[in-house]
Amino acid sequence: MTSIEAQGDKHRAERRAEAHADRHDDGHDHGSFKSCMTGFVLSVILTAIPFAVVMGGGFESRLLTVAVVVGLGIVQIVVHMIFFLHMNTRSDEGWTMMALIFTVVVVIIMLAGSLWVMFHLNTNMMPQMNHEALGLDS
Amino acid sequence: MSTVHQQAPGDYWDVEPHHHHEGASTSIGFWVYLMSDCLMFAVLFAVFGVLGGSYAAGPGPQDLFDLKLVALNTAFLLLSSITYGFAMLAMVRGNVRGTLGWMAVTLVFGLLFLSIEIYEFQHLIHLGAGPQRSAFLSAFFALVGTHGLHVVFGCLWMVTLMIQVRQRGLTGANRRRLGCLSMFWHFLDVIWIGVFTFVYLMGMVR
Repeated sequence: MTSIEAQGDKHRAERRAEAHADRHDDGHDHGSFKSCMTGFVLSVILTAIPFAVVMGGGFESRLLTVAVVVGLGIVQIVVHMIFFLHMNTRSDEGWTMMALIFTVVVVIIMLAGSLWVMFHLNTNMMPQMNHEALGLDS
Repeated sequence: MSTVHQQAPGDYWDVEPHHHHEGASTSIGFWVYLMSDCLMFAVLFAVFGVLGGSYAAGPGPQDLFDLKLVALNTAFLLLSSITYGFAMLAMVRGNVRGTLGWMAVTLVFGLLFLSIEIYEFQHLIHLGAGPQRSAFLSAFFALVGTHGLHVVFGCLWMVTLMIQVRQRGLTGANRRRLGCLSMFWHFLDVIWIGVFTFVYLMGMVR
């Protein structure tokens, strides 16, 4: 790379840094009063419904109760991500979103894998594990 | 430049330090930390998911949890999230008093959350449902306790930052720190959503 090219690169980098600084001084969007309030109101609603459902004894079907509680929990996490953590695909040139997607994938693999494997381990191992009941210990 | 083709180091890499805006990479760096923290919590959630039903003939969630207290705690944390949001908005406007005031309110909510959680833990241990009672309770104390510990450090950070802002004002470095604490605090609220959904509410449904 010639020195002229290097100079040009340096200038471009500086310009980028300045443009970045102009947009938001520390590389992060702090949102507005409106987005804060929207997030808060949505969170209150999304918290109140599952608490009300469970404290009221839940629905007839246990599965429906679980689905409502977990579903609203996930929606609320997304609401927090958008309105409080100000997640978008633009901040830090998309790298925060990339890191988030990577983490979510790892978390899903880890959670699903653990629960799946341990559930099968428990159901398959139960008879042998129960040494006392089988009288094998004495 | 003789027979061996030699090149100056500058041809391959920057010999001069890269000129970056100071602290330009702080927010992405802190975000990566939060994501690693998220992985740690995910492991604790997985442990709770696996062991959450192993009561060892001891008390289960329905015997132990008081949903009213949990609802109160959730409300405190949610309110602290929005008051910290207000502190950030005051910071953007350059309002030092407003920032400090809203941070103080956030701190109070954080401390209220902690005192209720400590009361709950102490109450459980008093009932004989301490972490050594069953695998379910070990996993419960590990998960909720880790979250509580994060809130403790968040509160310490809040106090330190309030002193910083008071003494130095809203300098560039302090704005950056406030931004990081904002991410940390809201992240803790996100984790709490997981806790009250999977530990408390699902425990009561089970």
